[in-house]
Amino acid sequence: MIDRETRLARTIRIVFLAIWLAITIFPLYWITITSFKGPGAIFSFPLTYWPEVFSLENYVNLFSKAQFGTYLANSLVIAAVAATVATLISLLSAYVLARFEFRSKGALMMAFLVTQMIPAFIALGPLYLMMSQLGLVDNKFGLVLVYIAICIPFCTVMLRGFFANVPDALEEAAMIDGCSRLGALFRVIVPVMKPGIVAAFIFNFVNCWNELFLSVTLMNRDQNKTIPTALNGFISSFNIDWGSMSAAAVLTIIPTMVLFAFASRYIVQGLTAGAVKG
Amino acid sequence: MTSPRTETLERAATSPSAPRRPDPGTRRSQRRTFTVRKSLTILAFLSPALIFVIIFVYYPMIAGSQMAFRNWNLSNLTDTSWVGFKNFAAILTDPVFYTVLRNTAVWVVASLVPQFVIGFALALWLRRKFAFRGLYQALIFFPWAISGFLIGILFRWMFNSEFGVINDLLSKVGLTDQAIPWLADPTTAMVAIIIANVWYGVTFFTIMILAALQSVPEELFEAAALDGAGKTRTLFRITIPYIRTTLALTVLLRVIWIFNFPDIIFGMTGGGPANQTHIITTWMIATTQRGDYGQASALGLIVVGILLIFSIFYLLAIREKKAVTT
Repeated sequence: MIDRETRLARTIRIVFLAIWLAITIFPLYWITITSFKGPGAIFSFPLTYWPEVFSLENYVNLFSKAQFGTYLANSLVIAAVAATVATLISLLSAYVLARFEFRSKGALMMAFLVTQMIPAFIALGPLYLMMSQLGLVDNKFGLVLVYIAICIPFCTVMLRGFFANVPDALEEAAMIDGCSRLGALFRVIVPVMKPGIVAAFIFNFVNCWNELFLSVTLMNRDQNKTIPTALNGFISSFNIDWGSMSAAAVLTIIPTMVLFAFASRYIVQGLTAGAVKG
Repeated sequence: MTSPRTETLERAATSPSAPRRPDPGTRRSQRRTFTVRKSLTILAFLSPALIFVIIFVYYPMIAGSQMAFRNWNLSNLTDTSWVGFKNFAAILTDPVFYTVLRNTAVWVVASLVPQFVIGFALALWLRRKFAFRGLYQALIFFPWAISGFLIGILFRWMFNSEFGVINDLLSKVGLTDQAIPWLADPTTAMVAIIIANVWYGVTFFTIMILAALQSVPEELFEAAALDGAGKTRTLFRITIPYIRTTLALTVLLRVIWIFNFPDIIFGMTGGGPANQTHIITTWMIATTQRGDYGQASALGLIVVGILLIFSIFYLLAIREKKAVTT
């Protein structure tokens, strides 16, 4: 197509792409390297860009001194349950928004999109009061309910885009063959849309895994804290234990990175479909 | 001639293009049952989503909005009377608020422009196929897997004045020989949080712009090439005008999003030193943590107001430009 690239242009392009890749990777490299330095080595001059001795001390401390295992388990369970339920519920609402025409549809889409634009903190106070009246403060089930709710709007918009790629004829045929609408959705469409649904689930999971402000507001006891809440607790005014912090950061980032690597193509598709089509 | 088979077809089809209608009379009554059925299906499928969003998102938001007009402080919950605009007045007379406003503007503009420029350049460079392009895209995408708060933590560590890698690299290159106290000085702290935000946000623009670029039909480039248009000319005369709407909407989404994005700052400086790196939303968090829900809600409404006015003017401006050029 366009034209042949000159050698100079090609070199410039490759150099810039390489520089940006290095810039993107470096912070993660640095935090990982830090986490493997022994406590003494982190605070010593000159800075080393490769640890002289690989030490697992920071990781051991994390699990022995702080209850990182508990936080990890909490985050895992809360994010997995919330993401699963949110994806299922969004699948139903996205299906209706993709397949049916009805009067309030536009308003409904707006109502979902608006939730993404209003600062969530306006809701924090009332949410806390409501949850404490319901006895759901400092309660994992309570946090799961809230997470489901905050995942639904964007997940619905994203899944709706994927439905658009599946022809109606597919479920119509299934319904002629005697499937109910719900049956047709789960037996015929879901298998076809699997990659998109997995991507939506991963997107929800990562969002819940990373969520900080709601869990800081709603969770108090150590046994209920998720990883971000615990990390926030590691920052005591001006004193941060960078050894534990770096190890914790690495353990928090790795699962989400792996998940995103699997799903990035579909997440990109979902994000761009939502925005480019308006 | 309604065979059982066409009847099931009728019932099954939701689109008006269902084949072979029976005579008009039965058709009308059937259509009514279809619409009732249809609305029931719609309602049933939508209700779980609606129930969750209304209870846990809309109710607290609306309840939060009315708190802005009440005296609502966690330290004294016995008096939650209506106070009109007192919370707004308290905000507007607080000198910190004007620092916060200025910071918010700087934060949005200074983050957005580099994000856009670098993101655009990367998208242009990525449009051409090359070996490992998929892998490259996946790699530069992964800051998105990290929470804003943790990004703040990562950069806080890198910008550490004594043991931070940024000062070390700068001194290795010979740009400075003394340790810059990045996060202890208001100006450099602002620079540091913006660098972190640019690092994070470029990918979003790359993805959006790349998708938009791929929607430009090849024939346009071919025609431009035939007419002897150079690369720069093609870019500014063909490519950018073609994807202008997507670009404009992406920018608008990002403005709203960066405006509402306290996570990096929260993890990196916590608004310090001495409240000098607060933006409105981090200031709102700080106000909430003080227990003053009334003022925090008033700040939230101010944010909504600013964004609403900005969006309206922005959308009008885009439309006007379109009218002029076509």
